[in-house]
Amino acid sequence: MRSGPVSRSQPQPVEVDEPTFDEDVRLDRPWMVIVWNDPINLMTYVTFVFQKLFGYSKAAATKLMLDVHNKGRAVVSSGPRERAELDVFRLHEHGLWATMEQATA
Amino acid sequence: MLGPRIKRRRDGRFSLRLTLPERGLLRMLPLEAQGLLEQRGDPVVRRVFPVAYPGDAEADSAYQELVGSELARKHRDELDVLASTADASEIDSTQLGQWLGALEVLRLMLGTSLDVSEDVDDVAESDPRSSQVAVYRYLSWLQGEVIDALGAMLPSEGREIEA
Repeated sequence: MRSGPVSRSQPQPVEVDEPTFDEDVRLDRPWMVIVWNDPINLMTYVTFVFQKLFGYSKAAATKLMLDVHNKGRAVVSSGPRERAELDVFRLHEHGLWATMEQATA
Repeated sequence: MLGPRIKRRRDGRFSLRLTLPERGLLRMLPLEAQGLLEQRGDPVVRRVFPVAYPGDAEADSAYQELVGSELARKHRDELDVLASTADASEIDSTQLGQWLGALEVLRLMLGTSLDVSEDVDDVAESDPRSSQVAVYRYLSWLQGEVIDALGAMLPSEGREIEA
Protein backbone atom coordinates (compact mmCIF):
# COMPACT_ATOMS: atom_id res chain seq x y z
CA MET A 1 0.00 0.00 0.00
CA ARG A 2 1.32 3.35 -0.97
CA SER A 3 0.94 6.43 1.06
CA GLY A 4 1.40 9.89 -0.34
CA PRO A 5 -0.39 12.96 -1.35
CA VAL A 6 -2.97 11.13 -3.45
CA SER A 7 -4.11 8.82 -0.67
CA ARG A 8 -7.37 9.76 1.00
CA SER A 9 -8.55 8.84 4.38
CA GLN A 10 -12.14 8.44 3.18
CA PRO A 11 -12.97 5.70 0.68
CA GLN A 12 -14.64 7.00 -2.45
CA PRO A 13 -17.95 5.59 -3.62
CA VAL A 14 -17.58 3.18 -6.52
CA GLU A 15 -20.30 2.15 -8.94
CA VAL A 16 -20.62 -1.66 -8.91
CA ASP A 17 -23.50 -4.07 -9.40
CA GLU A 18 -23.65 -5.35 -5.90
CA PRO A 19 -26.44 -7.74 -5.08
CA THR A 20 -29.19 -6.11 -3.12
CA PHE A 21 -29.76 -7.19 0.43
CA ASP A 22 -32.81 -9.23 -0.60
CA GLU A 23 -30.85 -11.26 -3.15
CA ASP A 24 -28.12 -11.92 -0.60
CA VAL A 25 -30.66 -13.37 1.77
CA ARG A 26 -32.26 -15.44 -1.01
CA LEU A 27 -28.92 -16.99 -1.99
CA ASP A 28 -28.18 -17.90 1.60
CA ARG A 29 -31.50 -19.54 2.36
CA PRO A 30 -31.14 -23.30 2.55
CA TRP A 31 -32.86 -25.73 0.21
CA MET A 32 -35.25 -28.23 1.72
CA VAL A 33 -35.63 -31.78 0.45
CA ILE A 34 -39.25 -32.87 0.68
CA VAL A 35 -40.62 -36.40 0.40
CA TRP A 36 -44.29 -36.63 -0.59
CA ASN A 37 -46.80 -39.31 0.24
CA ASP A 38 -47.54 -41.70 -2.59
CA PRO A 39 -49.86 -44.69 -2.68
CA ILE A 40 -47.26 -47.21 -3.87
CA ASN A 41 -44.28 -47.12 -1.53
CA LEU A 42 -44.54 -49.36 1.52
CA MET A 43 -44.23 -47.70 4.90
CA THR A 44 -41.46 -50.12 5.89
CA TYR A 45 -39.61 -49.32 2.67
CA VAL A 46 -39.74 -45.56 3.23
CA THR A 47 -38.41 -46.01 6.79
CA PHE A 48 -35.64 -48.28 5.49
CA VAL A 49 -34.59 -45.71 2.85
CA PHE A 50 -34.48 -42.84 5.39
CA GLN A 51 -32.26 -44.93 7.68
CA LYS A 52 -30.01 -46.08 4.88
CA LEU A 53 -29.56 -42.75 3.04
CA PHE A 54 -29.47 -40.29 5.93
CA GLY A 55 -28.30 -42.42 8.83
CA TYR A 56 -31.41 -41.67 10.86
CA SER A 57 -32.14 -43.84 13.87
CA LYS A 58 -34.99 -46.31 13.41
CA ALA A 59 -37.19 -44.09 15.62
CA ALA A 60 -36.37 -40.87 13.71
CA ALA A 61 -36.84 -42.56 10.32
CA THR A 62 -40.17 -43.98 11.45
CA LYS A 63 -41.33 -40.55 12.65
CA LEU A 64 -40.42 -38.94 9.32
CA MET A 65 -42.17 -41.76 7.44
CA LEU A 66 -45.31 -41.23 9.54
CA ASP A 67 -45.17 -37.49 8.80
CA VAL A 68 -45.08 -38.31 5.09
CA HIS A 69 -47.93 -40.77 5.50
CA ASN A 70 -50.18 -38.64 7.73
CA LYS A 71 -49.35 -35.06 6.73
CA GLY A 72 -48.61 -35.78 3.08
CA ARG A 73 -45.00 -34.58 3.17
CA ALA A 74 -41.91 -34.26 5.34
CA VAL A 75 -38.63 -32.37 5.10
CA VAL A 76 -35.93 -35.03 5.30
CA SER A 77 -32.81 -32.91 4.77
CA SER A 78 -31.76 -29.34 4.03
CA GLY A 79 -28.66 -27.50 3.01
CA PRO A 80 -26.97 -25.78 0.07
CA ARG A 81 -28.50 -26.36 -3.35
CA GLU A 82 -25.91 -28.88 -4.59
CA ARG A 83 -26.22 -30.96 -1.44
CA ALA A 84 -30.04 -30.90 -1.62
CA GLU A 85 -29.97 -31.92 -5.29
CA LEU A 86 -27.75 -34.88 -4.48
CA ASP A 87 -30.16 -35.98 -1.75
CA VAL A 88 -33.11 -35.65 -4.15
CA PHE A 89 -31.22 -37.79 -6.65
CA ARG A 90 -30.48 -40.47 -4.06
CA LEU A 91 -34.16 -40.52 -3.08
CA HIS A 92 -35.15 -40.78 -6.76
CA GLU A 93 -32.72 -43.68 -7.15
CA HIS A 94 -34.76 -45.38 -4.45
CA GLY A 95 -38.10 -44.60 -6.08
CA LEU A 96 -39.29 -42.03 -3.57
CA TRP A 97 -41.26 -39.00 -4.70
CA ALA A 98 -38.88 -36.22 -3.61
CA THR A 99 -38.68 -32.57 -4.61
CA MET A 100 -36.63 -29.60 -3.43
CA GLU A 101 -37.53 -26.00 -2.70
CA GLN A 102 -35.82 -23.04 -1.12
CA ALA A 103 -36.85 -22.15 2.41
CA THR A 104 -39.04 -19.06 2.58
CA ALA A 105 -38.13 -16.01 4.69
CA MET B 1 -43.33 -72.79 3.32
CA LEU B 2 -43.06 -71.48 6.84
CA GLY B 3 -40.59 -68.98 8.24
CA PRO B 4 -38.71 -66.25 6.44
CA ARG B 5 -38.27 -66.90 2.73
CA ILE B 6 -35.16 -64.75 2.53
CA LYS B 7 -32.77 -65.51 5.32
CA ARG B 8 -29.35 -64.20 6.22
CA ARG B 9 -26.86 -67.03 6.72
CA ARG B 10 -23.89 -67.11 9.05
CA ASP B 11 -21.53 -66.39 6.16
CA GLY B 12 -23.43 -63.17 5.34
CA ARG B 13 -25.09 -64.48 2.18
CA PHE B 14 -28.86 -64.76 1.87
CA SER B 15 -30.71 -67.97 1.11
CA LEU B 16 -33.78 -67.68 -1.13
CA ARG B 17 -36.65 -70.07 -0.54
CA LEU B 18 -38.94 -69.35 -3.46
CA THR B 19 -41.24 -71.59 -5.53
CA LEU B 20 -40.71 -72.28 -9.23
CA PRO B 21 -43.68 -70.11 -10.31
CA GLU B 22 -42.31 -67.23 -8.23
CA ARG B 23 -38.90 -67.60 -9.81
CA GLY B 24 -40.47 -67.71 -13.27
CA LEU B 25 -42.25 -64.42 -12.57
CA LEU B 26 -39.07 -62.80 -11.25
CA ARG B 27 -37.22 -63.81 -14.44
CA MET B 28 -39.93 -62.53 -16.76
CA LEU B 29 -41.09 -59.24 -15.20
CA PRO B 30 -37.69 -57.46 -15.39
CA LEU B 31 -37.51 -58.07 -19.14
CA GLU B 32 -40.87 -56.41 -19.67
CA ALA B 33 -39.89 -53.50 -17.44
CA GLN B 34 -36.61 -52.97 -19.28
CA GLY B 35 -38.48 -52.63 -22.56
CA LEU B 36 -40.74 -50.04 -20.95
CA LEU B 37 -37.85 -48.04 -19.44
CA GLU B 38 -36.87 -46.92 -22.93
CA GLN B 39 -40.23 -45.20 -23.43
CA ARG B 40 -39.62 -42.07 -21.36
CA GLY B 41 -42.85 -40.34 -22.42
CA ASP B 42 -45.02 -43.14 -21.03
CA PRO B 43 -46.82 -42.02 -17.84
CA VAL B 44 -45.95 -45.34 -16.19
CA VAL B 45 -42.24 -44.72 -16.85
CA ARG B 46 -42.43 -41.06 -15.85
CA ARG B 47 -43.04 -42.13 -12.24
CA VAL B 48 -39.56 -43.69 -12.24
CA PHE B 49 -38.01 -40.31 -13.18
CA PRO B 50 -39.69 -37.88 -10.77
CA VAL B 51 -39.66 -34.10 -11.01
CA ALA B 52 -37.10 -32.46 -8.69
CA TYR B 53 -38.10 -28.79 -9.13
CA PRO B 54 -41.90 -28.67 -9.39
CA GLY B 55 -42.04 -24.86 -9.70
CA ASP B 56 -39.15 -24.40 -12.12
CA ALA B 57 -39.33 -26.14 -15.50
CA GLU B 58 -35.90 -24.90 -16.56
CA ALA B 59 -34.11 -26.14 -13.44
CA ASP B 60 -35.97 -29.42 -13.67
CA SER B 61 -35.02 -30.10 -17.27
CA ALA B 62 -31.38 -29.40 -16.37
CA TYR B 63 -31.71 -31.88 -13.50
CA GLN B 64 -33.32 -34.53 -15.72
CA GLU B 65 -30.59 -34.00 -18.31
CA LEU B 66 -27.93 -34.46 -15.62
CA VAL B 67 -29.27 -37.57 -13.90
CA GLY B 68 -31.70 -39.23 -16.31
CA SER B 69 -29.33 -41.67 -17.97
CA GLU B 70 -27.64 -42.57 -14.68
CA LEU B 71 -31.00 -43.32 -13.10
CA ALA B 72 -32.03 -45.45 -16.08
CA ARG B 73 -28.73 -47.36 -16.03
CA LYS B 74 -29.05 -48.08 -12.31
CA HIS B 75 -32.55 -49.47 -12.76
CA ARG B 76 -31.54 -51.55 -15.79
CA ASP B 77 -28.67 -53.04 -13.76
CA GLU B 78 -30.99 -53.88 -10.86
CA LEU B 79 -33.51 -55.52 -13.19
CA ASP B 80 -30.68 -57.48 -14.84
CA VAL B 81 -29.53 -58.81 -11.47
CA LEU B 82 -33.06 -59.84 -10.45
CA ALA B 83 -33.65 -61.67 -13.73
CA SER B 84 -30.27 -63.38 -13.76
CA THR B 85 -30.39 -64.53 -10.12
CA ALA B 86 -34.10 -65.42 -9.97
CA ASP B 87 -33.17 -69.12 -9.98
CA ALA B 88 -30.34 -68.85 -7.47
CA SER B 89 -30.59 -70.58 -4.09
CA GLU B 90 -28.46 -67.88 -2.48
CA ILE B 91 -27.19 -64.37 -3.26
CA ASP B 92 -24.95 -61.82 -1.54
CA SER B 93 -26.06 -58.62 0.21
CA THR B 94 -25.18 -56.41 -2.77
CA GLN B 95 -27.36 -58.54 -5.02
CA LEU B 96 -30.18 -58.50 -2.48
CA GLY B 97 -29.95 -54.69 -2.42
CA GLN B 98 -30.36 -54.79 -6.20
CA TRP B 99 -33.39 -57.08 -5.81
CA LEU B 100 -34.87 -54.41 -3.54
CA GLY B 101 -34.30 -51.74 -6.20
CA ALA B 102 -35.68 -53.94 -8.99
CA LEU B 103 -38.79 -54.79 -6.96
CA GLU B 104 -39.23 -51.07 -6.33
CA VAL B 105 -39.13 -50.26 -10.07
CA LEU B 106 -41.55 -53.10 -10.86
CA ARG B 107 -43.98 -51.96 -8.18
CA LEU B 108 -43.75 -48.30 -9.26
CA MET B 109 -44.55 -49.22 -12.86
CA LEU B 110 -47.25 -51.77 -12.12
CA GLY B 111 -48.79 -49.67 -9.36
CA THR B 112 -48.89 -46.61 -11.62
CA SER B 113 -50.45 -48.53 -14.51
CA LEU B 114 -53.05 -50.01 -12.16
CA ASP B 115 -53.57 -46.55 -10.63
CA VAL B 116 -53.53 -48.16 -7.20
CA SER B 117 -54.77 -46.45 -4.12
CA GLU B 118 -53.32 -47.48 -0.77
CA ASP B 119 -55.96 -50.19 -0.56
CA VAL B 120 -55.71 -52.57 -3.49
CA ASP B 121 -57.40 -55.29 -1.47
CA ASP B 122 -60.75 -53.99 -2.71
CA VAL B 123 -60.28 -55.24 -6.28
CA ALA B 124 -62.78 -58.02 -6.97
CA GLU B 125 -61.86 -61.39 -8.48
CA SER B 126 -64.05 -60.57 -11.48
CA ASP B 127 -62.17 -57.32 -12.19
CA PRO B 128 -60.11 -57.60 -15.41
CA ARG B 129 -57.16 -56.16 -13.49
CA SER B 130 -57.31 -58.84 -10.81
CA SER B 131 -54.38 -60.91 -12.13
CA GLN B 132 -52.20 -57.79 -12.38
CA VAL B 133 -53.27 -56.84 -8.88
CA ALA B 134 -52.27 -60.28 -7.65
CA VAL B 135 -48.79 -59.80 -9.16
CA TYR B 136 -48.58 -56.34 -7.57
CA ARG B 137 -49.52 -57.75 -4.19
CA TYR B 138 -47.00 -60.54 -4.54
CA LEU B 139 -44.24 -58.01 -5.33
CA SER B 140 -45.27 -55.93 -2.31
CA TRP B 141 -45.07 -58.97 -0.07
CA LEU B 142 -41.68 -60.00 -1.49
CA GLN B 143 -40.33 -56.47 -1.12
CA GLY B 144 -41.39 -56.64 2.52
CA GLU B 145 -39.39 -59.85 2.94
CA VAL B 146 -36.31 -58.20 1.41
CA ILE B 147 -36.73 -55.15 3.68
CA ASP B 148 -36.94 -57.44 6.73
CA ALA B 149 -33.76 -59.23 5.69
CA LEU B 150 -31.76 -56.08 4.84
CA GLY B 151 -33.27 -53.92 7.59
CA ALA B 152 -31.93 -56.30 10.21
CA MET B 153 -28.42 -55.29 9.09
CA LEU B 154 -29.00 -51.55 9.65
CA PRO B 155 -28.08 -50.06 13.03
CA SER B 156 -31.19 -48.96 14.91
CA GLU B 157 -29.24 -46.09 16.48
CA GLY B 158 -28.45 -43.03 14.40
CA ARG B 159 -29.15 -39.40 13.70
CA GLU B 160 -32.12 -37.78 15.36
CA ILE B 161 -34.35 -35.21 13.71
CA GLU B 162 -33.00 -31.66 14.00
CA ALA B 163 -35.35 -29.15 15.60
